[in-house]
Amino acid sequence: MLAIDGSLLDFKRLDLLAMQESAVHRLDPRAKVLTTLVFIVCVVSFGRYEVAAMLPFCLYPLALLALGDLPTGYIARKVMVVIPFAVMVGLFNPLFDRQVLLQLGPLDIWGGWLSCLSIIVRTILTVAAAVTLVAITGFPAICEALERLGMPRVFAVQLLFLYRYIFVLTDEGGRVARARQLRSCGKRGQGLRHFGPLLGHLLLRTWERAERIHMAMLARGFTGEVHARRRGRFGGREVLFLLGWSALFVALRLYNFPQFLGLLLTGN
Amino acid sequence: MHMADALLSPAVGGTMCAATAGTIAWCSAKVRKDLEEHKVPLMGVLGAFIFAAQMINFAIPATGSSGHLGGGLLLAILLGPHAAFLTIASVLFIQALFFADGGLLALGCNIFNLGFFQVFIAYPLLYRKLAGRRPSQGRMILAALIAATVGLQLAAFAVVLETTASGISALPFKAFVLLMQPIHLPIGVIEGLATAAVVAFVYRARPELIESTLAERHMGKFPIRGMLVGFSLAALLLGGGVSWFASTQPDGLEWAISKVAGTDELPAPVHPLHSTLADIQDKMAIFSSDTERTEPDDSGKLAATGSSPIDTGLPGLVGGITTLAACLLAGVLLRSFARRA
Repeated sequence: MLAIDGSLLDFKRLDLLAMQESAVHRLDPRAKVLTTLVFIVCVVSFGRYEVAAMLPFCLYPLALLALGDLPTGYIARKVMVVIPFAVMVGLFNPLFDRQVLLQLGPLDIWGGWLSCLSIIVRTILTVAAAVTLVAITGFPAICEALERLGMPRVFAVQLLFLYRYIFVLTDEGGRVARARQLRSCGKRGQGLRHFGPLLGHLLLRTWERAERIHMAMLARGFTGEVHARRRGRFGGREVLFLLGWSALFVALRLYNFPQFLGLLLTGN
Repeated sequence: MHMADALLSPAVGGTMCAATAGTIAWCSAKVRKDLEEHKVPLMGVLGAFIFAAQMINFAIPATGSSGHLGGGLLLAILLGPHAAFLTIASVLFIQALFFADGGLLALGCNIFNLGFFQVFIAYPLLYRKLAGRRPSQGRMILAALIAATVGLQLAAFAVVLETTASGISALPFKAFVLLMQPIHLPIGVIEGLATAAVVAFVYRARPELIESTLAERHMGKFPIRGMLVGFSLAALLLGGGVSWFASTQPDGLEWAISKVAGTDELPAPVHPLHSTLADIQDKMAIFSSDTERTEPDDSGKLAATGSSPIDTGLPGLVGGITTLAACLLAGVLLRSFARRA
C-alpha cells in the first residue's frame, strides 16, 4: 500500500523538478532531446566488451545534475532501481562467454564478466540521461519538442492528455486498491472474481469522465489541437549546447580516453 | 518484458524506432481520417486508466503471488486497433521517461513488441474471429485467453530476436528462446483472464461500449501484407545502411558463423570492407570483440599486444577510475559554480 503511494510521490517529484529555474532548464527542449538521443546512440554503439571507454560519458548527466541544481541522491536512487534488472540479464554472459580477455595481475577475466559489467554501465548511463532529461525539461515540453521535430499531432495530443489525467486516475486507482485491501484483511476478495467488477467500475467511471471532458472541450471550441504556450526558440545557446556535447560524445566514442590516461599513469 | 537500452545495438534500436514511428504515423493518420477525434479524450483517459489498473493487483490462486493487467488487449477491444496502438505507445512512453522501464532507444522495440502484436495480430486475427459478433461469456473468455497468450508469446519471441540481433547479451538464441517463451506462457494466461474479467463486466453493464468497436469494419481491409513487406524492407535498408556506416559485422552473420565454426569469434580479425575503411571500422566497430584487437587501436602501439590475444587490464582500470573521479569532481565544481552564479 505504501509502495503504491511512494511510487506516485516519486513520479510527482520528478515532474516538479522540471519547474525549477536554471540555465539548462531554460534551453529549448528540442536541443535537450536531441542531445540526449546523440548521447544514448553513442553509448549503446560501444563494443560489447568496452567498459572503461564508456566512463567519461558520465560527465553529461553529472554536468546537467549540477547545472540544473537537481537533487543528486534522488536521481541516483531512480537510476539504481533499474540496476537489478540489468544484473539479472547481464549475469548470463559469464555463463556463456568464458574466453579470457584480460589479465589483471593473477586474475584471468572472462569476456562474459567484461560484457556483464558493460551492460551495467550502459544501463546506468542511459537511464541517468533519460531521467535527467525529464528532470530538466518536463514532460509537456518534451512532447512539444517531439511535435516540432515531426511527431504526428494526434499522438502529441494523446501524450498530453494521458499526462494530464495520469495523476487523477492513479489517485483513484490507489484509493480503490487501498479500500479493497482494508476490507479484505489480506484474505478473501483479492482474487480474479472481484477484480473484474472492481476494475470494470473504475473503467466505466473513467469512460464517463472522458465523455464529460470531451463535451466540455467541445463547448470551449476544441478542434483537435492543444494550444500551449510555445517555449523558447532554437537560438545560439541551443546550437552551442547541441553541437558542443555531440562533438564531445563523438570524440569520446572514437578515442578511448581512460585507456590513454591509464597508460600515462601506469607509465607504459 | 521491457527491453533496456543497454542490450540494444544502434542498428536494431534504430530500425525498430523507425518501424514504430511509421506505425504511429499511420495510426495517427487513420484516427484523424476516420473522424475518430471523439476518441481523443477517451484514448488519453484510458491510457491513464491503464496506470490506475496496474495499481490494483489480484491474487493468483495456488501460487501466493499476484498479477496485474497489462492492458494491450483490453485497449484494443475498447478502442479498436489504431487508437489502441497510439494509447499503448503513449503509456510506454511515460513509463520509459518516468519509471525508466526500458530506455529511450529501446522505446521503438517496446512499443512494437507490446503494442503491435497484441493490437494488430492477436486482436483482429484471434480475438475477433474467436469471439464473434455476440460472444457468450465462455467464448469471450476463451478468445481473450488465446489472444493474450499468443500476443505475448509473439512479443517474447520478438524480444529474443532483437536481443540476439544486437549481440550485447551473450545468451545463445536457443537458450534464450527456451527461457523466454515458457516464462511468458503463464503471464499471457493471466493477462487473458484479467482482460476477460473486465470485459465480461463491461459487457454486462454497458454492452454498447464493446459492440461499438466490434461493429467497425475497417479492420477488414487492414493491409497486413503490405505492412509486413514495408517493415521488412525498412529493416533491411536501415539495418544494411546503418551497419554499413557503422561497419559492424552483421549480427546474424556472426551468429551463423559461431554456429558453423563452433566458436564465438572468427580466428582472425575480419575486415569485410576495403582497407581504406578498415581504420574507420576499427574506430566504430560495434563489435570490437575480435580477440586480436581487444583494446582500442589508438593506443595499440603502446599496448603492443597486436598479436597476443590477452591484454593486461591495468591501464583500463586505472584510467577508468581516474576518469570517473575527474567527472565527479567536475560535477561538484559545476554545481558550486552554478549555485554562485
